Amino acid sequence: MTIDPWVIIFSAATVIATIVMGFWSAQKSKTASDFFVAGRSVSVGWNASAISGEYLSAASFMGVAGMVMSAGYDALWYPVGYACGYLFLLLFIAGPLRRFGAYTIPDFAEGRFDSPLFRKIAVIFVLFIGFFYTMPQMKGAGTTLAYIIPGMPYWGGVLLVGAVITLNVALGGMKGITLVQAFQYWLKMFAISVPVFVLMAVYGHYGTQLAANGPSLEPVSASLASPGYRAPGAGNDQQAIRKPLPEKAPSDQVWLAPFGPLTSKAARAAEVPAEKSRPFALLYTYSLIIALVCGTAGLPHILVRFYTNPDGVAAKRTTMWVMILIGVFYIFPPIFGVIGRNLLPELYAATGAKGTDKIVLELPRVLNEVLPGLGSLMSGITCAGAFAAFMSTFSGLLVSMTGALAHDVYGRILRPHSSQQQRMRMFRLGAVILGSGAVVAGTFVEPFQINFMVGQAFAIAAASYFPLLFMSVWWRGLTMKGAATGMLAGGLLAVGAISLTSFSDLKWLDLGWFWTAHPLLRILSEQPAIWAVPLAITLMVLVSKATRAEVPADVRMKMLVLHAPEKLGLKQEYIQEHAAPTH
Amino acid sequence: MRRQLRVSVACVVAFLSVLFGLPVLNYLAPELMGRQVLGFTLTWAVLGVGFFPAVWIIAWIFIRYSIALEEREWREVAAQEPNAESRQLQD
Repeated sequence: MTIDPWVIIFSAATVIATIVMGFWSAQKSKTASDFFVAGRSVSVGWNASAISGEYLSAASFMGVAGMVMSAGYDALWYPVGYACGYLFLLLFIAGPLRRFGAYTIPDFAEGRFDSPLFRKIAVIFVLFIGFFYTMPQMKGAGTTLAYIIPGMPYWGGVLLVGAVITLNVALGGMKGITLVQAFQYWLKMFAISVPVFVLMAVYGHYGTQLAANGPSLEPVSASLASPGYRAPGAGNDQQAIRKPLPEKAPSDQVWLAPFGPLTSKAARAAEVPAEKSRPFALLYTYSLIIALVCGTAGLPHILVRFYTNPDGVAAKRTTMWVMILIGVFYIFPPIFGVIGRNLLPELYAATGAKGTDKIVLELPRVLNEVLPGLGSLMSGITCAGAFAAFMSTFSGLLVSMTGALAHDVYGRILRPHSSQQQRMRMFRLGAVILGSGAVVAGTFVEPFQINFMVGQAFAIAAASYFPLLFMSVWWRGLTMKGAATGMLAGGLLAVGAISLTSFSDLKWLDLGWFWTAHPLLRILSEQPAIWAVPLAITLMVLVSKATRAEVPADVRMKMLVLHAPEKLGLKQEYIQEHAAPTH
Repeated sequence: MRRQLRVSVACVVAFLSVLFGLPVLNYLAPELMGRQVLGFTLTWAVLGVGFFPAVWIIAWIFIRYSIALEEREWREVAAQEPNAESRQLQD
């Protein structure tokens, strides 16, 4: 395989455009307050596009398709969870949080309990969640570059992309303003949908493609047994073209039905008989759903965007549009997975960067057999989308993590009296430290699927920030000690459990024998949300009851600010200029 | 606040019953859910395509109710006394 000029051109154009737009927007927004507040004049439509643009990461763009291809039906829970988590945000959190007038979750934590100490505790989860979220973006970068430049090792791509973005953030670019993020959404939407429509027009529609896996399947592959398969133009045929599946691919029945390879993995490893493995798979499914739905509400780099809404009502409207925009987007990636299973099954045999995670990039190339050049063009478009996805998300995360490090950890904890210039220097240094950390971690995660890793970050957010926000907004009896205990216990235990399974999958820890002996513990540890979220909430309630005397004195006023319509004139801008991130 | 919460809870119950009900249906009635519709199995059609519009409808209903509720609260307060800040809402 040689370098494809179309793919290179589109990818390079995206990288350059992203960097140029980053610097342009950084110039437009001089102060931190500009970054947040200037957007408040922005309409709901733009704002919703911007939030969606920030949200759709490498997991949505590449990971969902790859996982649907490898695991089938069960992987559909991921896009559904990613999109429907916004409903929780809408129902319980978006409006009140916007009214409170705090920019970030640590801001909110401090303001709600009048406790600078709590702010310092809350900020550590910005770093945890951000760190777990950057690793899959790095995998996306490594996979994409290994595809574009054949022969490039996986770690080379991680290093290259990580270095470019880190440098960029350290120099002050990449402070995505609303317009840039909104543009990113439409770019990704275009890049995922157009190739799907072309592929479906040539090779048959979604349903036709999916039916190829159905139980009534005739041996269609008989006529395609030779590698050069039937000339396309099969769009009108009832049966989709299908190449024979390699041995490593899951069988049709398992792939198409619920409780398949993804959710029953632990039970199969423990050699639980098929019939008895179904309850395990059900448990896994539920835990995954809870992680995704609750986790969306606790992602630090997304909640920030809600402050660009003029008021609580606009925040709710924006959330509604976000759900529509990302919901429409998520229809497409699974189609790549389904068509990929039929047309590019050889990816099943490969692992890591050469595996199914690159299906979105590689699948459109099969179109070259219909019309030379068309496939390369389409593949170039999806590569551009992939670059947009992991670059924007990685830089957004790096900005918020570095902001937390420079502003909260350095500016408030280590050196409260540091000058503006010192903090600026710390911001740059912090970006380099965190960026290097992400690159190093990114080189180790090649065996994991992009989507799976993002799901883990969601689980941590669900166990830490979601209970904090949900309980603070709706329960007046919550005390700082209660909130802190619940958040720390739920969040840290989730981080620990997830790290344990990841380390043993990487063979750093020899726990394989333990997991095969206790498949239930394996599931609970790989997907901790089902126990960690209730645990955090229970602890919050119990400790708050025990420390009842410490409920903030003005809690009534605070609840009023959270819930009363703005027209009553109760809104306060809690965070003033000085408290905003320094850079 | 309490009325807002009631709207939220009603919507969330509708949402969760769909969300948590689907795995139960898959678990208890695999034959029904495995039925083919235009090439899709029923499970796949529900989760891969049909789920999103259902959630949009719930969100849309919630927003309509909750914005109407805010309007009403504001009008009630404004009617009783012009100095809205000093009044505490029913909560």
